[in-house]
Amino acid sequence: MIDLPTSHVIILAMVLFILGLIGLLARRNILFMLMSVEIMLNAAGLVFVVGSSKWAEADGQLMFIFILSMAAAEVAVGLALILQFYKKFNTLDADAASNLKG
Amino acid sequence: MIALFYIAAFVAVISTLMAITRFNAVHALIYLVVSLLSVAVIFYLLGAPFAAALEVIIYAGAIMVLLIFMVMMLHLGETSIQQEKQWLNWSVWLGPGFLSLILLVEMSYLLVVSNEPGEGLTVVDATQVGIALYGPYIITVELAAILLLAGIVGAYYLGQEKRRVLHRFLNQEDND
Repeated sequence: MIDLPTSHVIILAMVLFILGLIGLLARRNILFMLMSVEIMLNAAGLVFVVGSSKWAEADGQLMFIFILSMAAAEVAVGLALILQFYKKFNTLDADAASNLKG
Repeated sequence: MIALFYIAAFVAVISTLMAITRFNAVHALIYLVVSLLSVAVIFYLLGAPFAAALEVIIYAGAIMVLLIFMVMMLHLGETSIQQEKQWLNWSVWLGPGFLSLILLVEMSYLLVVSNEPGEGLTVVDATQVGIALYGPYIITVELAAILLLAGIVGAYYLGQEKRRVLHRFLNQEDND
């Protein structure tokens, strides 16, 4: 059995994070922006899990569980915001809400 | 062992790339589910079976269902039947289906042949995670519970319909 290099897993997590960041910056649909945030959170969780198995400690997986619960709460609030956004502007384009009320 | 990791990593990168470049939200969500499943396979390879199960159940299950449900809610109207016909076209699920078939073959190979991680890595199973979770990390569990409660209350408050207050002489929106 060959040793699985930890650095390659971290490179994979970095690639996934950058893909999520590109999605967040390039897409203007607010639903896709939320999905990109999910991708980035998932990549961060991957780094925690690989750290957990490298040092044989449970701490990394615990951090992954907390990331998971944070992502769940974030998605619930984010989707409620998207619903209100769609009702108000009748579009999902994030640029439609570029002006603040004032 | 190491080839399995590279195949799963390849599937993860391809499906994430497809997810952020689709124009249709449902197609993107299907690819995103495949991406999360491949990350779950990588967790299993890294010796974290509990995290892999949580990834499938909560991320690919609950959170993605919530997102798909929201897409369905936003597309109400005359065009929805036409759109669903388009979504159920076979060419739509061919790509994600092929990628998840790769993951299925990989997973069944892992389950049948070997379930030991690479040499530098150790399996951290659900028992150790549970002991640490309810031992030294109990305060963090409580904080996560408070966060989830805040999420529920926030989603309930933000998701409710705007009330319309009808006075006798004027019809104005209640601005709260």
